[in-house]
Amino acid sequence: MTATANPPAAAKPKSDSFFRKALRQKRFTFGFTVTLILIAFVLLAPHFAPYGERETAGLPFSKDGVFGTDYLGQDVLSRLMYGGQSILLISVLATALGMVVGILIGVIAAYSGGWWDEVIMRGNDVLLAFPQILLALVVLTAIREPKSWVIIVLVGASHAPRVARVARGVALGIVSRDFVVAAEALGEKRSRVILAEVLPNMTGPLLAEAGLRLTYSIGLVAALGFLGFATDTGAANWGLMMKENQLALSTQPWGVVAPVLMIAIFTIATNLMADGLAQASQKGD
Amino acid sequence: MTDVTATTQELKVVSKGGLVVEDLEVSLTGRGVDVVDDIDLVLAPGEVVGLVGESGSGKTTVGTSLLGYSRAGAFISAGKVLIEDRTSGAVRDVLKLPWKEVRQLRGEEIAYVPQDPASALNPSIRIGKQIVELLELRGIGTAASRLQGARDGLAEVGLPTDDEFLRRYAHQLSGGQVQRVALAMAFLPKPKVLVLDEPTTGLDVTTQKMVLDTMAELCRSHGVSALYVTHDLAVVANIADRVAVMYAGQIAELGPRDAIFANPSHPYTRALLDSIPHLSQARALKGIPGRTPSPGSRPEGCRFNTRCSFVVDACRTTVPELRTIAPDHQVRCLRAGEIGAWDINIGTVPDSDPGKLRDVILSVDGLNVFYGRKQVVHDVTFDLGKGEVVALVGESGSGKTTISRSVGGLHKEWTGTLMFEGRELARSARKRSAEDRRRIQYIFQNPYLSLNPRLTIEQIIRRPMELFGLAKGKNATDRVLELMEQVALGSQMLRYQASRLSGGERQRVAIARALAAEPDVMICDEITSALDVSVQGSIVELLEGLRQSRGISMLFVTHNLALVRSIATRVEILQAGKVVEAGPVVTVMETPHEDYTKKLLSNSPRID
Repeated sequence: MTATANPPAAAKPKSDSFFRKALRQKRFTFGFTVTLILIAFVLLAPHFAPYGERETAGLPFSKDGVFGTDYLGQDVLSRLMYGGQSILLISVLATALGMVVGILIGVIAAYSGGWWDEVIMRGNDVLLAFPQILLALVVLTAIREPKSWVIIVLVGASHAPRVARVARGVALGIVSRDFVVAAEALGEKRSRVILAEVLPNMTGPLLAEAGLRLTYSIGLVAALGFLGFATDTGAANWGLMMKENQLALSTQPWGVVAPVLMIAIFTIATNLMADGLAQASQKGD
Repeated sequence: MTDVTATTQELKVVSKGGLVVEDLEVSLTGRGVDVVDDIDLVLAPGEVVGLVGESGSGKTTVGTSLLGYSRAGAFISAGKVLIEDRTSGAVRDVLKLPWKEVRQLRGEEIAYVPQDPASALNPSIRIGKQIVELLELRGIGTAASRLQGARDGLAEVGLPTDDEFLRRYAHQLSGGQVQRVALAMAFLPKPKVLVLDEPTTGLDVTTQKMVLDTMAELCRSHGVSALYVTHDLAVVANIADRVAVMYAGQIAELGPRDAIFANPSHPYTRALLDSIPHLSQARALKGIPGRTPSPGSRPEGCRFNTRCSFVVDACRTTVPELRTIAPDHQVRCLRAGEIGAWDINIGTVPDSDPGKLRDVILSVDGLNVFYGRKQVVHDVTFDLGKGEVVALVGESGSGKTTISRSVGGLHKEWTGTLMFEGRELARSARKRSAEDRRRIQYIFQNPYLSLNPRLTIEQIIRRPMELFGLAKGKNATDRVLELMEQVALGSQMLRYQASRLSGGERQRVAIARALAAEPDVMICDEITSALDVSVQGSIVELLEGLRQSRGISMLFVTHNLALVRSIATRVEILQAGKVVEAGPVVTVMETPHEDYTKKLLSNSPRID
């Protein structure tokens, strides 16, 4: 067995028990269940949606079906189910990207300390000065029909400096502890000190932060959709749906209200999850 | 309160301003498990009672129960705490009073001095204001006289009373000053009873002595009875009139101080005494095997039977009662009187021979250490022989830890020469060769910080082996088990996470991790100061064994001179970053030349 095989084996039982600890939090269990139901609702669209994604179900803004039809006569329920797929996928990937990059920046800054810390974090502060959606808007206006990965990278990049601040704060409390100094004294590689000694002790707060970032991602991607920036303007998209159907808000409100409700429920659920994780991580250790 | 029944003897104590605890029991909420039970204790007016025990013995629980308080998750399930009503003269039971009266009573009649006064004082309110506020809350004096009251209180504990001092914040005072402010605040409302919860833990010996003297003086002059909670019998020996030794939630032995120290009759008291180092003579220190059982997992019969060296079959089945073996001297042991006499000189060994030939392995020459532009260590020179223990002794701020960190390569802002087997060592551990890093191992003061809480014991101990290529795979695991046996850790702990262990067990893991690298020099930075005396005994026992069997040299940093006598061959006394006196332990401690050394020696608490 080599040294590198150790950390993952170590992390497993801990994250396992952490999850169980989190399940004891009512808010986590609730948020987690609702999230799972929502994901199932969205993923099962091809099997359970009454109509296809771009299939016309009747007249525009009619009351046919559960939620009626939209401006092109497509079924709102079906659009709702299909429309979640891209938004959820993009949000999750963008959050993951933002978390990884942000954590790396933050932990490296905290661990290097001194001059490096200053340089990295002041650069970070400059990025923080821009509103989160601005960067995405600037780039997206230049590109027609952007690929999904462009949106993922843009949203992820806008998260990174914010995550970095949190990660640095958490890491600062850990890098000064004696076990990190002990690893240094043994002559461990710097990368291993970060990966095996520092990071595993940050999981709690970082998981909570990830939940929060996911919430922001959903909001951000939906906002971009509403403003007309989506990978495929013909495809279903919660943000886009609000924009498309706002004309008939008074006569066929479901076209707008349904996606809004989905986003609200999903945001609340992921936030509750994040809260529960944060509490569980505080109770631990 | 007329429903309170008390014996005439108890009434006598209470009516003079004392306090009586009767059949006190504190249980965990919802589990029906008692933390402490069957506690009977009398605090006569003006008397200081020492309450001694290891961590987990329930001593703090008893202390706070006197104020009618129990920590979250526990509640006082039975018993009485009797005290006289100031105005009516009737006997009152603190535990039955309505909470408003309890609130009034806390601080006013029964005061509490916490372990960490720095966290008890509000960091954002000036000292003077805090004391005035206290007097205001208690309705003492008039608006005009309170400031003078605060000054008087500070004067009583020997602190300055000028405006400059009153305007300071808690963080601008030293640890001893903060503790004395806390004492002053406890005494100002003129309580009848004082509960002190390890108030001198973490203080230097000189400061400790000052705080203890102040406390004893105030108790005498105000006729206040005090319950002094501590894990250190040596402290108790200097201040207490009577001593209660607690084990696993019960009083194991109770008696006048002289009786306890001259004729300790409970095996646990004896074991505690055996683990305390003496100033006058080296001792082979012994720890108590095992750990204090936690509430709910205490053994049948006598609670000490699993760790007792005098255990017989009856101890495992019969629950011993507190028996009176001499006037005022009670013991909870079936075999009290059968286990022979005890002598304070048991376990003394000859002091290490100062004339022995030395084979120098590590030498430090002209060491100057800096933190930024500030120089904290000035021109320190000493050396360390093979298989020898050199102690660096000093109070906080003397630079002893800084020196050890520089030698260990953890701090790199220093100048001077550091020779290891005739070769010069680089400043930081990273710049040293892997072989040098392996051969010099550092053990940290606080075992709660020095082990990664997310790793298992196995991962922690095997890491140095893998890193230095000493063992791999199955061999490494076998070696880990071997090391765990050496440091007296059960093999079932192999896959435990460090966060599940007690302080003593963690420190053993840290020692095993150092040993895993097969070092020639170990730098021990106050490694026992965060631990109970009994655990300190077993750690020292372990280190001494290692030194003899493996010839490991040690640089032992400590503030405890008595410990030095038992473990070290040579000692360097440090003050403000300079060596003030150095030499063989026997010479320095028997015939100290410097005033500072003499002061340290005279201020050290001792039982011999």
